Amino acid sequence: MTAFPDKYEREHANPCSPEVRCLIEVRDLVKVYNAGGAEVRALDGVSFSIDRGEFVAVMGPSGSGKSTMMNMLGCLDSPTSGSYFLDGRDVSKLSGDELAEVRNRKLGFVFQGFNLLPRATALENVALPLVYAGVPPKERRARAIEALTRVGLAERVEHRPSQMSGGQQQRVAVARALVCNAPLILADEPTGNLDTRTSVEIMNLLTELNAEGKTIVLVTHEPDIAAYANRALHFKDGRAVGPAPGMGLV
Amino acid sequence: MVETFRTAVSSLLANKARSLLTMLGVIIGVGAVIAMVAIGRGAALQMEGLMSGMGSNMIILTSGAGRSGGVRQGAGSGAPLTLSDAAAIRDECWSVGEVAPQVGVGTQLIRENRNWPSQVTGTTAGFFRIRDFSARLGRLLDDEDERSAAKVCVIGQTVAAELFGADDPIGDSIRINRIPFEVVGVLAAKGQSSVGQDQDNTVIVPITTAQRRLVRSALSGSVSMISIQARDAGMMDSVMTEVRGLMRQRRRLEGDREDDFDLRNMTQMLESLAQSTRVMSVLLGSVASISLLVGGIGIMNIMLVSVTERTREIGIRMAIGARARDIRLQFLLEALLLSLTGGFLGILLGFGASKGMSSLLQWPTSVSPAAVALAAGFSAFVGIFFGFYPAWKASLLRPIDALRFD
Repeated sequence: MTAFPDKYEREHANPCSPEVRCLIEVRDLVKVYNAGGAEVRALDGVSFSIDRGEFVAVMGPSGSGKSTMMNMLGCLDSPTSGSYFLDGRDVSKLSGDELAEVRNRKLGFVFQGFNLLPRATALENVALPLVYAGVPPKERRARAIEALTRVGLAERVEHRPSQMSGGQQQRVAVARALVCNAPLILADEPTGNLDTRTSVEIMNLLTELNAEGKTIVLVTHEPDIAAYANRALHFKDGRAVGPAPGMGLV
Repeated sequence: MVETFRTAVSSLLANKARSLLTMLGVIIGVGAVIAMVAIGRGAALQMEGLMSGMGSNMIILTSGAGRSGGVRQGAGSGAPLTLSDAAAIRDECWSVGEVAPQVGVGTQLIRENRNWPSQVTGTTAGFFRIRDFSARLGRLLDDEDERSAAKVCVIGQTVAAELFGADDPIGDSIRINRIPFEVVGVLAAKGQSSVGQDQDNTVIVPITTAQRRLVRSALSGSVSMISIQARDAGMMDSVMTEVRGLMRQRRRLEGDREDDFDLRNMTQMLESLAQSTRVMSVLLGSVASISLLVGGIGIMNIMLVSVTERTREIGIRMAIGARARDIRLQFLLEALLLSLTGGFLGILLGFGASKGMSSLLQWPTSVSPAAVALAAGFSAFVGIFFGFYPAWKASLLRPIDALRFD
């Protein structure tokens, strides 16, 4: 792994070592927002770990801190204190550019609102992470087509988001999350804007990807969507309170 | 980089009307700089032409304002200058190099069945040296022509062309006021003087001949003006002093009586004109630069709007791995593209405006390569300078805030 030098890995040893099995290890994570002078502890000392190949649902009512947790996991926001090891590296203390590289190489996002570039075609949208990874144009195109084929959109590479249904747009987003071969997919309410039938299609796609070895972390407040996961993390008042009550999952 | 460039182009094309309006500021600014500097340079070149046409280190003596009772009569109304004044100046003033008394009359020239209006100047051989005239064909006038009041003349290029066409004028004759004059020389062309006078539409005859045969003056021997050339540029002031002293003495002006003649340092006058032309160039150029500056602010304004509008796009790009510098480069490139395209169109506009002013208003213009380079460079600078702040602002966005923006 050239992106992460050996020296760095030795100095910031993964707590899961010597086996180095965990993909995600979060310890005592605290996030404090300053909302109009009042301190809001969105995360109040969260600790958990997620193994490679797991499919984990993050649940909880709004304001519970699950979205904040997702932003931390996605390296979109940095914690006030605590540590976050992703693939053996403490990312809570990285610079902006290093975080950009982590987002590019280690993570793929699937958002509730799809978040595609409206003026770009499906192909251009999917190829975009490869642009920032410095992949040459020909290879970008080949890999983007491969990813779009994987999500069943081989026929629609030249369509723009406005010419596609919600389900198709979300498939493009999934293809974009796959194209860099990141080990982790973060899905934030991926079915929130979709009807039931399309939701099932997307969840089946995510389940397939999990079966192929991708680690998936899914934020949702719907129990029937969470049921696709192998395990649930329940959040309440900024703390992880273990498996969701009544889910029957461990 | 190539990818970023393509992104910039496509995002500018997505807002065509806006991009064009934004560029308009730079287009007008650059065009104005080029056109204004072209006007300034055109005027400066005109001054240069005027100076070289007139001869260097020149002082002109004319008879001054006369007095009738207490009423001043205006220039030329005083006692006329004479040939002996000219001779005295040549002989007695040490710092004077050349002296050329002149009389002039506008008249119709006739040769066979052709005629042509022209200015006939009677003068001495010194005139050719002061004005830097040379003969293209034949010879110039000399002192012998003057002494004998010979009916000979030297004609300018235009006169030669109008009256003789392809014929050889030397040895042939033209009639001035019905008096035949033998053509002994044709002057080398001097071209259009910058004040719009054709310097080649001229006939020069010996001053003595002109006084006797062409100018009907009450006082024989009078001349309308005397051109005086200093020995060198440093002696202009002493020429002024010497000639003034001599003239006062010759006219018996004592004590504090006013001069009744007029001495003008033409070179100095032209230099101060040239100076004010330069000041005008600088002024025009700086006013135009201000419009370029305003154009730059327009670009910054639009780029700031664009950053706000596209906050979500910035968020998406950051979420999938764009670094701050990628975002900065993208917006900087857009601003640069706007200003450079605007600069290019502005250069075309500047050229067009200069040509238009030359042909419609008859203003002399000269587009200077330096002004074009300056305007192009300045528009690139405007792009970077005014593009940097919005680009920097965009790159500072936190990905999470940018993504949540609606």
